[in-house]
Amino acid sequence: MIAIVGLVIGVVAGLVLQPTVPLVLQPYLPIAVVAALDALFGGFRAMLDGLFDDKVFLVSFLSNVVVAAFIVFLGDQLGVGGQLSTAVVVVLGIRIFSNAASIRRHIFKA
Amino acid sequence: MSVDDETPETPETPEAPERQVSGWRRLARLLRPRGTRSELLTGLLCLLLGFALAVQVGQSTGDQLSGLRQDELVRLLDEVTQRADQLDAEVSDLEEIRDDLRSADGRDQAARDLARQRAEQEGILSGRLPAQGPGVQIHVADGARPLEAQVLFNLLEELRNAGAEAIEMNGVRLVTTSYFVDSGGGVVLDGAAVASPYEWTVIGDPQTIDRALEIPGGALPRVRDEGGEAVTTVSDQVTVDAVRIPGEPEHAEPEDG
Repeated sequence: MIAIVGLVIGVVAGLVLQPTVPLVLQPYLPIAVVAALDALFGGFRAMLDGLFDDKVFLVSFLSNVVVAAFIVFLGDQLGVGGQLSTAVVVVLGIRIFSNAASIRRHIFKA
Repeated sequence: MSVDDETPETPETPEAPERQVSGWRRLARLLRPRGTRSELLTGLLCLLLGFALAVQVGQSTGDQLSGLRQDELVRLLDEVTQRADQLDAEVSDLEEIRDDLRSADGRDQAARDLARQRAEQEGILSGRLPAQGPGVQIHVADGARPLEAQVLFNLLEELRNAGAEAIEMNGVRLVTTSYFVDSGGGVVLDGAAVASPYEWTVIGDPQTIDRALEIPGGALPRVRDEGGEAVTTVSDQVTVDAVRIPGEPEHAEPEDG
């Protein structure tokens, strides 16, 4: 419940404040958001599985974000930033889908 | 399926015995706020995620270019620069063509003006065009005896010598090929009989023509000698309406060069 409230507050704050993303972070923010979404879905699934652990969630959330951003950064340095960010988005998207399917099975039994 | 995943050490001990709980119930149970540290942490992370999500959405919908990567921007800039160069080259090409056309048009116009001017001059001299201007009108009439063609031709020659540019007599335009012949008591001009009185209309310098015609032994004194009548009227504005379509030269050809 608090998680949902936090999410809503965050979205509202972002929409109201409209801060300018620093130029350095601009290529990494979308990837980081997708990675965090993946962690969120994973945590939700673990919660439904009854395996939820706040420490695991925190670590997976942060490491997802950091690793995704790092991969994109590395790609930028290697000159394949665009392709690597696409790869990261594809992998995270697949994970989000499989987590969402698991959640669906829990809730709808189907 | 979900039942198999259920682990024995669930934190919700009161609900533990009920194993066949429905998904929705479990969801509602999980969403119930409990105020634990884990929930607060999760809420904080979700807040961060929501914030970043909203910021990124605002960023990517606000400005298309700011979301692009550096190499994409460089490529875009290259394309724009290249396109601008192409357009610049096209502009200079088109301007060159336009200038060419303009100057060609000006030359054509000058040539057309010159050609029209010449056509007018030659048209007047050859009798192809009607003309007007200062000149004289001459009234010549038979006396007791009809005037001979020789007398009239003499008058025409005097007019030409005096610089007459357009000559008309009794509605016939006199040109370089005009001739007078005697024909059984009358006079024939260019194949058609003409009769007294002979009304001449001449365009040229009036004073010169008048003086040339009246010199002793000249054209008009000779008419009077023959018993005829000759009166000259000087005018600032006379009109020669009669025209003659010049025939195509049969033998003569323009010389090239």
